[in-house]
Amino acid sequence: MIHNATASPAKWRLKRPSIIPGFGLTLGFSLAYLSIIILIPVAGLLWRTAGLGWSGFFAVLTDRRTLDALYISFGTAFVAALVNVVFGTVVAWVLTRYNFPGRRLIDAIVDLPFALPTAVAGIALAALYAPNGWVGSLFMPFRIAFTPLGIVVALVFIGLPFVVRTVQPVMEELDREVEEAAATLGANRFQTISKVILPGLTPAILTGFALAFARGVGEYGSVIFIAGNIPYVSEIAPLLIVIRLEEFNYAGATAIATIMLIISFVMLFIINLIQAWNRRRYGNV
Amino acid sequence: MSEDTRTALGKPPAFRNPADERPLAKILLIGLALVFLAFFLLLPLVSVFVEAFRKGWSEYYEALIEPDAAAAIRLTLLVAAISVPLNLVFGLCASWAIAKFEFKGKSFLITLIDLPFSISPVISGLVYVLLFGSNSLLGPILKSQGITILFAVPGIVLATVFVTFPFVARELIPLMEDQGTGDEEAALSLGASGWQTFLYVTLPNIKWGLLYGVLLCNARAMGEFGAVSVVSGHIRGLTNTMPLHVEILYNEYNFVAAFAVASLLALLALVTLALKTLLELRFGAGAAGGRH
Repeated sequence: MIHNATASPAKWRLKRPSIIPGFGLTLGFSLAYLSIIILIPVAGLLWRTAGLGWSGFFAVLTDRRTLDALYISFGTAFVAALVNVVFGTVVAWVLTRYNFPGRRLIDAIVDLPFALPTAVAGIALAALYAPNGWVGSLFMPFRIAFTPLGIVVALVFIGLPFVVRTVQPVMEELDREVEEAAATLGANRFQTISKVILPGLTPAILTGFALAFARGVGEYGSVIFIAGNIPYVSEIAPLLIVIRLEEFNYAGATAIATIMLIISFVMLFIINLIQAWNRRRYGNV
Repeated sequence: MSEDTRTALGKPPAFRNPADERPLAKILLIGLALVFLAFFLLLPLVSVFVEAFRKGWSEYYEALIEPDAAAAIRLTLLVAAISVPLNLVFGLCASWAIAKFEFKGKSFLITLIDLPFSISPVISGLVYVLLFGSNSLLGPILKSQGITILFAVPGIVLATVFVTFPFVARELIPLMEDQGTGDEEAALSLGASGWQTFLYVTLPNIKWGLLYGVLLCNARAMGEFGAVSVVSGHIRGLTNTMPLHVEILYNEYNFVAAFAVASLLALLALVTLALKTLLELRFGAGAAGGRH
C-alpha cells in the first residue's frame, strides 16, 4: 500500500479537505435519492430472484420460449449493431471530412433517435416497412416488417447515434499529417485508411458497437410495433417480461429480467474495459 | 483516360491531394450515407406527418381535442413537470458533490448514476411493480393506508424519474469538472456564503449545460414508453400518457388518430433537436457530455 506522503498517512479520509461547503448536504441528498429511486428497487428485483432459488430460476431460463426470446433479442441487437458500425462509421466520416449542402442539418438529424419517443418511431417504422408501406412495398414479396428483420430495422434506427456520436469526435481529432506521411511513404489511399486511420478508430468503433448493442437488447417501444411478436419467432425478451407480468407470472418476469440485467452489467464492464484500454494506448481521448 | 494522354492534349494534370479520396469515392460515400439516413431517419419522420394528415386538417384536429387524447396530453405534461425538476435538483447536487470534491468511491458513484442507461425500460417499470405490487412487501401496507402507487400517477412519475435519472447529472459532471474549483474558492475567500457562491458564480457558469441536460431529460420524460407502460395499467383518460395513447389507437387500427398524437411528440423531438443544435453551436454545450 502506497500512502500519500503529504496528507497524514495513517489516517483514512473519505474526502480531501476543501474550503468549498455543501459536501455533506449534496452527497447525502444524492445518495438518498439514488437509493430510493434506483438501488432499493433494483435490489428488490434481485432479492425476488433469489427467492426463486436455483431450480426456479433455471426452470424459467431453460423454458423454450424464454430461450428463443433471449436469442432473438441478443441476435437482432448484434446484427443491428454490426450494421450501425458499418454505416455509422461512413456517416461519421462523411460528416467530419466532406463539405456538402445540408451537412449541418444532417448532422443535427443524426440525434433524432435520441429525441423521438420510441413508440412514435415504432409506429412510423412499422407503417413504412409494412408490405403496403413506402419502403416495404419496394421489397415485396420479401417481407421486412413483422419478421425478425423488422426488429433489426428498428434497432438500427435506435442504435445509429450511439455509433456516430462515439466515432465522430475521435475522427475530428485525427492528425491529418499522419495521413500525409503515409502518402509520402508510398501508401495509396486505401492502404492509408485501412492501416493508419481505422486502427486509431477501433476503440471508438468498439465502444459505439457495445453501446448500440446494449441499448438494442433492452429496447421495447420501437420494436413491438414492427416485430409481429410471434412467440418463438419474433418475440423479444422485454416483451416476454411484459407478457409474464400480464399473466401475473411474477417469477417468470423476474427471472428473465435478472438474466438481462446481468448480461447488461457485463456489457457495461466490457465498455469500461475498452475505454481503459483506449486511454492506455492513445492517452486521454 | 490516362495521365499521359491528358498531358499530351496540353492540359496539366490536376493536383490531387494524396491524403484525400478521389472525387468519385467522395460522391459515392456521401450518397451511401444520405441513402442510409433517408431510409432509417428521414422517411420515418416524414411518414409520421403524412399519415397524420392523410384525412385532412379537421380529422387531425378532432383526434387531438378528443377527451382521451386531451387527458393524455395533460398527464404527459404533469408527469414531466414533476419528474424533470426532481432530476434537475438531483443533477445539481450530484454534480456539485462529484465535481467540486475529491472523495473515495467517486467513480463507483458515477457508474451507479449511469445505471438506468443500461437497464431495459421494461425492467425499470418491473422493479416498481415488484416493490409496490399486491403480492409485494410494501403493497398491502400501502393499500391499507389508502395509498395507490401502481396503475396511478405516482407510479408513472416514479418510472419516468428512474428512466430520466442520469440526464442532467451526466451533462453537468464533466462540465463542472472542467471548470474546476478556482472560481468558487475566490468567491468564498472574498466573503460570499456557500449559497451565494452557487447562485452567482457556479450557476452562471453552468447554465447552458444545465439547459441542455434539462432539454434531453424533458424529451425522454415526455416520450418514455416501456417503463411507463408496465406501471400505468392503461386506463383510458386516467393513466394513459401520450405514447401509451398512441399505442392504444394504433392497436385499434385508428391510424390517423394514432399518428396525429404521434406527430405532436415528433414535433417535440424536432424542437428539442433544434434547441440542442443551437446550444451546441453557440455555447459548445454538450461537447463534454458525449454519451446519452
